[in-house]
Amino acid sequence: MQRRINIWTKIDWLIVVLYMALVFMGWVNIYAAVYNDEHHSILDFSMRYGKQLIWISAAFVLAFIVLIIDINFYSYFAYIIYGVMMVLLVSVLIFGKEINGATSWFEVGSFRVQPSEFAKIATALAIAKYLSTFNVKVDSVKSYFRIAVIILTPAFLIFLQNDTGSAIVYFIFVLVLYREGISESILLIGFFVIVLFILALVLSKLTILILSISIIFIIFWFLNRSIKKIAYGLLVLGSVSALFYGINEIAKFNISYYYILLLALAISSIVFIYFSIKQKIKNITLLLIFLLGSIAFTYSVDYVFNNFLGRHQQKRINVVLGLESDPYGVEYNVNQSKIAIGSGGLSGKGFLKGTQTKFDFVPEQSTDFIFCTIGEEWGFIGTSLVIILFVFLLYRLIGIAERQRSSFSRIYGYGVVSVIFFHVVINIGMTIGLVPVIGIPLPFFSYGGSSLWSFTILLFIFLRLDASRLELL
Amino acid sequence: MDSFANRRHIIRFVIILVGLIFIIRLFILQVVDSTYKLTASNNVLRYVTQFPARGLIYDRNGKLLVYNEASYDLMVIPRQLKAFDTTEFCQILSIDTNYVVESIERAKKYSVYNSSIFLKQISSKTYANLQEKLYKFPGFFVQARTIRKYTSINAAHILGYVGEVNEKIIESDDYYNSGDYIGISGIEKSYEKKLRGEKGVNVYLVDVHNRIKGPYANNKLDKNANVGSNIISTIDADLQEYGEKLMKNKIGSIVAIEPSTGEVLALVSAPGYNPELLVGRKRTKNYVSLMSDTLKPLFNRALMAQYPPGSTFKLINALIGLQEKVLFTNTEYECAGAYYSRNFRLGCHHHKSPLDLRESIQISCNTYYCNVFRNILDNKKYPSIRESFDNWRNYLLSFGFGNYLGSDFNNELKGLVPTKGTYDRIYGERGWNSLTLVSMAIGQGELGITPLQMANMTAAIANRGYYYTPRIVKEIEGDFDIEQKFSEKHLTKIDSIYFERVIEGMEMAVNGEPGSGSTARSAQIPGITVCGKTGTAQNPHGEDHSIFIAFAPKDNPKIAIAVYIENGGFGSTWAAPTAKLMMEKYLNDSISVPWWEQHVLNADINYNAKTD
Repeated sequence: MQRRINIWTKIDWLIVVLYMALVFMGWVNIYAAVYNDEHHSILDFSMRYGKQLIWISAAFVLAFIVLIIDINFYSYFAYIIYGVMMVLLVSVLIFGKEINGATSWFEVGSFRVQPSEFAKIATALAIAKYLSTFNVKVDSVKSYFRIAVIILTPAFLIFLQNDTGSAIVYFIFVLVLYREGISESILLIGFFVIVLFILALVLSKLTILILSISIIFIIFWFLNRSIKKIAYGLLVLGSVSALFYGINEIAKFNISYYYILLLALAISSIVFIYFSIKQKIKNITLLLIFLLGSIAFTYSVDYVFNNFLGRHQQKRINVVLGLESDPYGVEYNVNQSKIAIGSGGLSGKGFLKGTQTKFDFVPEQSTDFIFCTIGEEWGFIGTSLVIILFVFLLYRLIGIAERQRSSFSRIYGYGVVSVIFFHVVINIGMTIGLVPVIGIPLPFFSYGGSSLWSFTILLFIFLRLDASRLELL
Repeated sequence: MDSFANRRHIIRFVIILVGLIFIIRLFILQVVDSTYKLTASNNVLRYVTQFPARGLIYDRNGKLLVYNEASYDLMVIPRQLKAFDTTEFCQILSIDTNYVVESIERAKKYSVYNSSIFLKQISSKTYANLQEKLYKFPGFFVQARTIRKYTSINAAHILGYVGEVNEKIIESDDYYNSGDYIGISGIEKSYEKKLRGEKGVNVYLVDVHNRIKGPYANNKLDKNANVGSNIISTIDADLQEYGEKLMKNKIGSIVAIEPSTGEVLALVSAPGYNPELLVGRKRTKNYVSLMSDTLKPLFNRALMAQYPPGSTFKLINALIGLQEKVLFTNTEYECAGAYYSRNFRLGCHHHKSPLDLRESIQISCNTYYCNVFRNILDNKKYPSIRESFDNWRNYLLSFGFGNYLGSDFNNELKGLVPTKGTYDRIYGERGWNSLTLVSMAIGQGELGITPLQMANMTAAIANRGYYYTPRIVKEIEGDFDIEQKFSEKHLTKIDSIYFERVIEGMEMAVNGEPGSGSTARSAQIPGITVCGKTGTAQNPHGEDHSIFIAFAPKDNPKIAIAVYIENGGFGSTWAAPTAKLMMEKYLNDSISVPWWEQHVLNADINYNAKTD
């Protein structure tokens, strides 16, 4: 059922060229970021740009190997690869070396590997394998559960390594699920949960409660179109609240407004349910459950935020939400990064002429904050070019994914798109202050072997699959 | 294909949308918003200021008055601090631990990354000790500056002092930054721009730890400091010193001017202070104690005290009378010991009668000038007193009264010459006449004139009708043009012939025969014709102020002087001999009657009584 085709003629060379361009630009900027007058030979292997040259050469070798491996290897061994990766993630917890507070590195001599980078590939393969299995439907409780296990296992293990940033990446596979037909209502609920999470951090509980009640009334109006009922409802809720408020004021119980409203809501709810049954008004119970859910959620957000997140993670989120100001701490990084990028102007200061990204003003300038160097030395022209290249790459990858005949290849393709997209959004977004500081690398640009290799393998497996797409009849 | 294929469009749309948002954000960040560019250059470039040495100040004979001495400020950069041995540190600097804690706290509040002053002006000896051990105290470094030094304890009011700039100056003048010095009074203030020079700057690249990495852009942005210009003052240091000595234990002032140029030869305000007090670390403390001194040593009486001119003002009324042709050399008036008009009486002293113009000055007759003054105001040439008063007033203004002279002293006051409005307010528009104002005939009443204005008037008389704006700076090194306003001759509104008549009277006041009634015989200098006029300013608070103005020699005058001694009684008692000694010192450089000198030097006029 297969026919053999020369893969070298079928490879999407445009993607290969884009890949080479991004890697080359990355190296140029790493060179600029760590450049100093004493070491300027590009082959100085004591410097990061020298080492990166080795990683790049190795990456090309890896890409070649990936391309010559038989196409069926990836789908046949998808689960096995995934299983091996999970074992590695567990063992790194035990044997791994702690760097910058995260236990995510294996160290052999002077050589270090970060298995969490490669776990993304395994997860993408596993999802593709599972969803492309005959008879599997995305939109069912069973498959939801299995997919959740596939995605959350590595995420949880990486979270245990104390590398929250890399753990969060796994949630982007939702994008794959969306393409494969996950129900919109689930996405909507997910979206609502995220909005509520953010609101819960920004607004007071009372405000959220009032907001939720208002939303419920609005939804109710959409469902029943009865001003009269809403007026009655508001009257009941209002008078009960006023009653409690009055009692509280007179008796000086000093109960907060939030609990007064909550109590009033509880008592009114009984009235509402009674009348809805009597008058056969639909959806009231459902709406009340929804309201209860969001109240419980706002509580749990506070709990999760205060108990599960580290202080530095809380800070990062608070800084982006504008709740905390910390100019020499978390905000310092973002500020320095914005200063560096902003100082580049339209056309930048020129290659090696950057002043901010030299001398360590910007932290992690060759890894997570490499975009600053681009911004400072190449200006708006450079930064927008990089973004356009990434958008073009992703756009093209979607096109390639859609032309696959095998759903395994397509799903895997979307996995590649999702992972690259998420990394780009988070990495660039944090350097320009749009998202919290989450330490994940910019694909193909950031210094580091593990990251470059994993993105190379991730991408080239897909190119390999694509090259053979016509072999499948 | 499958039914969800359309969702790719949504995914593509999301990706492109995010890309667009990022590009817009970057456009704002990089192209629209310029604040980041500014922050960036402050961030990475360290501008190290080069403070130029301030210009030196010399007297008119080339004697050095003010110079600079190196001083060291200990600076701290809180971020670079590491734990250090405070005991040793405090011992070297002789400070206590509390000071260290507080100073570092203060520095942190200002900036963690930038340097701020930890300890000002440490001595070079302490500096030498500290320098050896500075390596033990990372975060501290020493910045060299200069502070002012004075060769004598004199002329503090003229030279002025230098102090740190305040917030207001920093905001209004780009040149100054926090911690910079600026001239606050005297020459230091008037000629601040010349004296200060131009600060230079060295631009270095620094890393995030504030460590200097090297010069930036091959020193292209560096600017060398220009040293301040030296200044040659018009004062004669010896005369100034002598004047301050004479004024010891007295309150008042002496102003001596060279009439032919307007150059101020000496300007004494007593009591004064030692300029050294307002330099360095003790400055604030000393300043406060000088401020709270009841004798107000910081108050420059020569420029700011406004006294009635007393009888010296008779000269002006005589000149106006002559010019207005209501008075002639041979005009005589009777005096019976007082001036009477209807119910009005203004006392005079006993002297021969009648007197002509010359004698009226020699003897200083009040009655004579009441007549002259009333004739000026009641002149039939003018429709009413309103016009004649204005006319009289204009003569006064032409002598520089009632307005700033425009000298290069920065705290000169205007003095006071009343207007019609002044009297309208007191008496109503038709409620006053020449008799109402008659006390101004003899320089009392609503007149306020500063010693500088008085000396200037004397110079105008000595010049027979003109004066040059008084000035304290003769030359600025490398700047040869004197300012226009100082080379401009200010003509009074009196013709020069009339001055001769008045000067003859002044000559007689000093050089008249014993027993002739001359009021200023105590100002005689053997061999030099001194022309002078005494005055006594009525003082409602106590003893009258003793006033004397004079110039010498009569022909080709070299010095014009005004002396005020508060509570000194008659002009002839203290002011005249003081002026005489000053002129003699300046013209002859020796004193002919030493006991007079001792008499003045030893006099303690209400000074210590006031101090108690």
